[in-house]
Amino acid sequence: MNDLTLPRHWRAALLAPALTVFLAFWLLPMSRLAAISVSAGGAGYRALITNPRYLESLLSTVILSALVTAVALALALVAGLALVRHAFPGRRTLIAMLTLPLAFPGVVVGFMVIMLAGRQGLIGAISRELTGHNTVFAYSMAGLFLGYLYFSIPRVILTLMAAAEKLDPALEEAARSLGASPWRIQRDVVLPALRPALLAAGAMCFATAMGAFGTAFTLATEIDVLPMAIYSEFTLNANLVVAASLSLVLGAVTWLVLALAGLGGGGNVAAAA
Amino acid sequence: MKLDSVPIRLERCAKTFPGAARPVLKPLDLDIAAGETVVLLGPSGCGKTTTLRLIAGLERPDAGGRVFFGAEDVSARPIEERQVGMVFQNYALFPHMNVRQNVAYGLSIRRLPPQQIARRVDELLALTRLDALAERQIAQLSGGQRQRVALARALAPQPRVLLLDEPLTALDAQLRESLRTEMNTLLRNLGVTTVYVTHDQAEAMALGDKIVVMSAGAIEQIGTPRDIYHQPANAVVASFIGTMNQLEGVWRDGALHCAGGRLIAAPGAQPRSRLWFRPEDVILTPSGGELHGVVESATFLGGHTRLSLSGVGAAPILVDAPGRTRYATGERIGFSLAAEVWHTPLPDTETTTC
Ligand SMILES: Nc1ncnc2c1ncn2[C@@H]1O[C@H](COP(=O)(O)OP(=O)(O)O)[C@@H](O)[C@H]1O
Ligand SMILES: [Mg+2]
Repeated sequence: MNDLTLPRHWRAALLAPALTVFLAFWLLPMSRLAAISVSAGGAGYRALITNPRYLESLLSTVILSALVTAVALALALVAGLALVRHAFPGRRTLIAMLTLPLAFPGVVVGFMVIMLAGRQGLIGAISRELTGHNTVFAYSMAGLFLGYLYFSIPRVILTLMAAAEKLDPALEEAARSLGASPWRIQRDVVLPALRPALLAAGAMCFATAMGAFGTAFTLATEIDVLPMAIYSEFTLNANLVVAASLSLVLGAVTWLVLALAGLGGGGNVAAAA
Repeated sequence: MKLDSVPIRLERCAKTFPGAARPVLKPLDLDIAAGETVVLLGPSGCGKTTTLRLIAGLERPDAGGRVFFGAEDVSARPIEERQVGMVFQNYALFPHMNVRQNVAYGLSIRRLPPQQIARRVDELLALTRLDALAERQIAQLSGGQRQRVALARALAPQPRVLLLDEPLTALDAQLRESLRTEMNTLLRNLGVTTVYVTHDQAEAMALGDKIVVMSAGAIEQIGTPRDIYHQPANAVVASFIGTMNQLEGVWRDGALHCAGGRLIAAPGAQPRSRLWFRPEDVILTPSGGELHGVVESATFLGGHTRLSLSGVGAAPILVDAPGRTRYATGERIGFSLAAEVWHTPLPDTETTTC
């Protein structure tokens, strides 16, 4: 296709900054990272396979992210459809409030989880009153799950709401006229129409959870997720080789999941995310 | 293929949308016989779609309004339980299903055996000439093809009532005309009670056993296309359907006198100071004639030429002349009016606009 908007040399000139940024901040560090990871005769990757700690943290990160994605999608689907479909007082305020967590850094989210489920937390206080036992799960997988869910849901809801608003109400009416029950309409009409948005939101949610650091840094004192493992190798152990290998594996796994989601959606989910 | 059909009856059906100050439909009564095709005709925004949705069960009438299918009061039943087939204005085809899956959808809801579904879908695809397109995706269809898929999908579960909302409006003029003929044949063969919404009077004339002319949320007239055209109940109907001339004058000695001459009524005719007539009810008289006018403009339309005459009454009078005769502006023309003109029973008052 011929782009007739600007002369060729203009286009080249305008492209140059983007190209420079790409080279300087993406390609160079990436190749450096790759080079470090294979230095020392591939010891970094060997450590990854032989040291169960790394594998465990990779596995728990993937499982946690997948779980967060699934639950966030389910909750956001129900909430998003309700918000789009039904007019009720306070609807606009609620939607505005939904976007608030987007502004919080991961550390703040972690802090909020501690206030909720930490040793002096709200849940602990309530359970102490009821059962005499102080329930604390802020520093476990459950706490991480809660924190990740908290910062994932707004993004997912907003993506799904944008898609749901574009749904043609006549499609549902047509299905109703053909005798479809509300459940069949969701399955046969609404979900297929929202499928691209679900995949895009899911991919975005998964990628964010895989790489989340701030929340993990605040909460993951007893457990290891991959970004934390990279951090400790890098800063505490000064083990650059392993840190680089772990980084690349984290990137590769996330990229693979995005690519699979993209295949399933038939569109460019990674781009949409 | 023949469908069982039911008569429809609307009783005092009004509709006020939540939060609106005024009702969009004033209480209306409507009787539709089994197997009849009724066209709801009126300008955009007059409440045609709302009426159709009341019949479908997508909207509920205001308190006091009731909808009957045959003897059954369906007022409280939602659309799922009314067994209606509906074709939406934008067709509302399921975009992720192909043609066959769209048509089969209503049957698969009813959990029919797969062979039976396949047989019935094939039958409908043949009926709507879509056999060759069965596996196509909706996005790959033209407007006319989509319209036929929507029709086939609505007919597949053998509805008791077929409801169509401006099904041809989105198509270009030529296609609209050929599909109109096709649809007419199909509806007659099916014998299903049909309510058809349109704002196109030619479509209404061609398809309707009866036409319901609506304006501003009320029914102005219900009648056969001939009734509506030749015996419009009021000025609103007359001005919406076709073209109607209005000739004012003074009644004296059994004749209507106006600037262009005088029209002698049949003996014993009611005195009146205003006449309504259509351009084609004019008889051009090369010599003489009861009335005279001067050609202001002549528009050649193929089959006929439409002349606008001044000097007959207060407003210009539109007249249809045979297409092969040429007319020059400024030419003086004599004409008389067909006898039916005296029967056009419009109230003898100022034209009311809607
Ligand atoms: N869901 C609705 N809420 C409020 N007003 C509506 C709704 N649907 C239609 N209306 C109004 O009702 C009137 C009649 O609409 P409609 O029945 O669609 O007219 P038509 O089909 O004859 O063009 C219009 O003024 C329209 O704005
Ligand atoms: Mg309409």
